Parts: sequence; structure tokens; C-alpha cells
Amino acid sequence: MPPDDPLHAPPPPQAPDQARPEAPAQEPAQARPEPPAQPRPGPQALFTVRGLTKGFAGRKVLDGLDFEILRGETFVILGRSGSGKSVTLRQLNGLDKPDAGSVVFDGTDITGLEERDLYPLRRRVAMLFQGGALFDSMTVFDNVAFPLREHTRLSEAEIAAKVQEKLGLVRLPEAAPKMPSDLSGGMRKRAALARSLALDPEVLLYDEPTTGLDPITSAAIGKLIRQIHRHLDVTQVVITHDLDLAQHVGDRLAYLSEGHFRFLGDWAAAKRSSDPELGDMLSGRAWDEEDDHAANARP
Amino acid sequence: MRARDFVTRTGEIALLSGRAFAAMAARPLETRLWFAQMEQLGVRSLGVAGIATIFTGMVLALQTAYSLPSLGVKYYIGSVVAKSLVRELGPVLTALIVGGRIGSGMTAEIGTMTVTEQIDAMRSMAVDPVKKLVAPKLAAVLVMLPSLTVIGCGLGILGGLLVAVFQLHVQASVYLNNIVQNLTLADVVSGVGKSFVFAYIIAIIGCYNGLHTEGGADGVGRATTDTVVTLAITIMISDYFLTKLFILVVS
Repeated sequence: MPPDDPLHAPPPPQAPDQARPEAPAQEPAQARPEPPAQPRPGPQALFTVRGLTKGFAGRKVLDGLDFEILRGETFVILGRSGSGKSVTLRQLNGLDKPDAGSVVFDGTDITGLEERDLYPLRRRVAMLFQGGALFDSMTVFDNVAFPLREHTRLSEAEIAAKVQEKLGLVRLPEAAPKMPSDLSGGMRKRAALARSLALDPEVLLYDEPTTGLDPITSAAIGKLIRQIHRHLDVTQVVITHDLDLAQHVGDRLAYLSEGHFRFLGDWAAAKRSSDPELGDMLSGRAWDEEDDHAANARP
Repeated sequence: MRARDFVTRTGEIALLSGRAFAAMAARPLETRLWFAQMEQLGVRSLGVAGIATIFTGMVLALQTAYSLPSLGVKYYIGSVVAKSLVRELGPVLTALIVGGRIGSGMTAEIGTMTVTEQIDAMRSMAVDPVKKLVAPKLAAVLVMLPSLTVIGCGLGILGGLLVAVFQLHVQASVYLNNIVQNLTLADVVSGVGKSFVFAYIIAIIGCYNGLHTEGGADGVGRATTDTVVTLAITIMISDYFLTKLFILVVS
């Protein structure tokens, strides 16, 4: 890997729960959905979501979510398994359509767009899937090269250089000739991250980036997400139920429960919040009604 | 299956067909993917399709000779074998056997990609799965199934010839001459025409069930079984109507 690789600079010491100075203070804690009558996108909002509603089989998973994602921040959506986090994330690049409400990306309402019209957006918004979702018929190299071959006119030599650069970024330079089935879970996520980075996206969406990984690998993934944010000038949305990860990477956090955000704001406000359920989540206290891992299935 | 599901599925299959044919024609043409699929779906099905039709030809010759022994039917074995194979058994048997093999393969492949979010990953990278996966398979089957049918009919006629000559003691020239005199262009057109329709059915149902797979490995298994059953039934039913149609149009 190149010695001037920015990701290998030692990270400056920073308390994980410290809010970034450039993130503007957000009025804390809106459990109730704001009336969608006066949409008021902030000057830096990259995504503006209003009244997002989505149900499956008669059950409302999301019930009128309102939030904004600011340019350049890392926004964490925290929630228990099955709370609709993945569903929320999939609205942001149009993989799923909402039942009601709107998602505005950089001035364009994407909710009514046809699949084909979403392609320009999706070149700018990359997504990292929970299991990595590498194409298992291709080598890691071909996986990372796939979006480049589809969307750029680079020569094979340029593609090879770019693939190696991205694999270097995720510290997986030697994995290029391997098949995805030969990789461990953590390596698979890194390789998938390299593929997501291939087109130099403006936004990265992470779907449960640490689920199924051991604590050390999880911490390494968290570090990677943070370093990518610091050095690549991307806006990131991370959904997770991993509190350590959320504290490590998040500038702002939203706590999703029963289709609403019970909390939305920065970490300082989260610590001050008197919401009992958020308090339980932040302190890692167990709920007595059910085991968290039992409800792992996506709705 | 409830009537409403049936209507929904039929509509979705029609939409997928439209998108797949449009994607086949759209630039850039993914010819490399097409040829890879032709190799995988077509060339590798040659053995199984050939064995099925060659033995069908042999059986036809035997059955014809022994079920109608008194009529001197021996000398008409050629045209009976050829007409049955070319008009009916060649296309249908090839479609059933090859369809079971490659239709289920398509569903398993695409279905696994669906449940492991690889299809979503493709969409999230602004790549159309229909263009990348469905269209090459459809193109490959549309080329290879009629080819396999023609080869299979040839092999079946050869099988009939072997039985006629070595077991029934009919001269090869009599057998072949009888075919040449009786087999018409209409027979060939209706046989090959059918196999194009069967090819479309196999590719679209195989891909559709793959794209709509839900659940894990269990779901892939269910979708694959569903493909095999649906294909067999759809091919048999459509065969009747296609036969009717070709009799009206060609004859």
C-alpha cells in the first residue's frame, strides 16, 4: 500500500462521544413527528425526509419519520432488531418505495422516480449491505472492478490501479484474487466496502456494518468507517444496534422505536435525555420482554 | 394459488418480459455474457437432450412396427418417426428436459443472489439486473433451445433408422426416402416455432421465480421446485394451443 495513504495516518485522539464542531447544533429530541406542512430544509441538508411511512402486511414499520441528513456528517440510526432501520436506509437510495412521505436528495424528490431515473443518484450514493453482498461468482478484484467497468471508460490498467487503491484503503490489498467464499466475515465486509468506494461516492449507507462480527473485528470496522469519513469527504448514514459502533462513528444519532424517532440529536443531548428507553439502550440494560437476538429477522 | 395472485404474477411476468426484450436490444450489447450463457445453458444440455430424443426415435420405430403389424406399416416407419419427432416430441421433450435442467438452474442462481442481497447490491450500483442477468439468459435460451431441438430431431430420426435397419430389417433407403417424401416444410416450421415459444417460457419463468425468491436457502429450494412444476405444466398446456395455432396458420 502506498506510504502516503491518508488512512494510515494515526488518528488524532478524540473522545468518541464528542460532537463534531462543524455539525450545527440541532434542537434535541423530537419524539413526535413534526407537522410536514412547513418543510424547512437546513442550508446543509443533503437528505430531507418528510413523513416517511412504510408498512408490511398491514403493520406500520415506519410511521411518519421526519429527519434531515447534513452534508458531511455521520448520521447514526440506532434501534433494536426489527425496528425498521434497514427499511429506512433502503428508502435513501430508492431500493424500496415508501407508502407515503418524501425523500429529497440534493434538491430532487426521489420518491416518485422510476428505477432507471434513480441511477444517477445511485452512482453518488453507495451502500454497504449487511452480509457484504459480494457477487460470489466473481473474484474480489472483479467485484471491486464491477462498478468501474459498468460506469467508467477506464482502461483495464487504470481499473487495476483503482481497485488496488480501494483494497488498500480497506487494508485488504492481498485479497484481490480470492473468491468471496474464501474470505472471513470481516474481510468480506471490507471487500464490499472497497466496492462501495470504487466510484468515489458522496454518500455511504451502511446496513448493520458490524452484525455477525467479533468485537475486535467490529472495532476495526468502526475505525475504518471513521477514517473514511475523515479523509474522503463523504456523508455517511450508519444503521446499527451496536452501541459501541454508534458512539465511535456518529456525529448525530437518531433512536428508532416503533416507527418513530424517540430521539434525534447529538450525543450530549442523548446523554441528557430523560427518555427511559433511550437510557436503557445507551446503558445497555436488557429488556425483559424478549431477547434482542431472537428478533433478528428483517420485517 | 388464489386467482388474484395468479393475475398479479401474470402481469409481473409480462412486465419482466417487456423489460428483458428491451434490455436485450439496448446498447451496449452484452455479447460476452450471451455467449457465456449459451455455453452454460445450451452446449452443456446437448448430452441429455440428445439421449432423450435418440431413444424416443428408437421407441417410436419399435412401437409403430409392433402395434400395427398386419398393415405392412414397416415401410412407413420413416415418416411416422420423423413427423412425430419434428412436429411434437422433439420440441416438447427437449423443452421439458432442458427446461427442467436450465430453468431450475436459473432460479437457483438468481434466487440465491436475491436472498443474499446481491440483486439489491447490483441495483444500488446503478446496474440493471434485468440487463445483466435476465437478458443474457433469455437470449441464450432463444438461440440454444431451437438449435437443440433441431439436433435432437436429427438424432431421433437416426435412432429410428438404427432400429428400422437392424431390428425390423427395413432398408435404410426405404426409411429415408419415406421421410423425404412425407416431411413438409410446415412440419419443420411448426416444430421449430414451438421451441422458440418454449425457450421464452423457460427463461422468463426461471428468472422471474429467481427474482421473487424470499427467505433463505429454504426459499431458494421452494422457488426452484416451483419453477420445475410451473414449466412442465406451462409447456404442456401451451403446446396444445401452439399446435392448434400452427395448424391454422401454416397448414
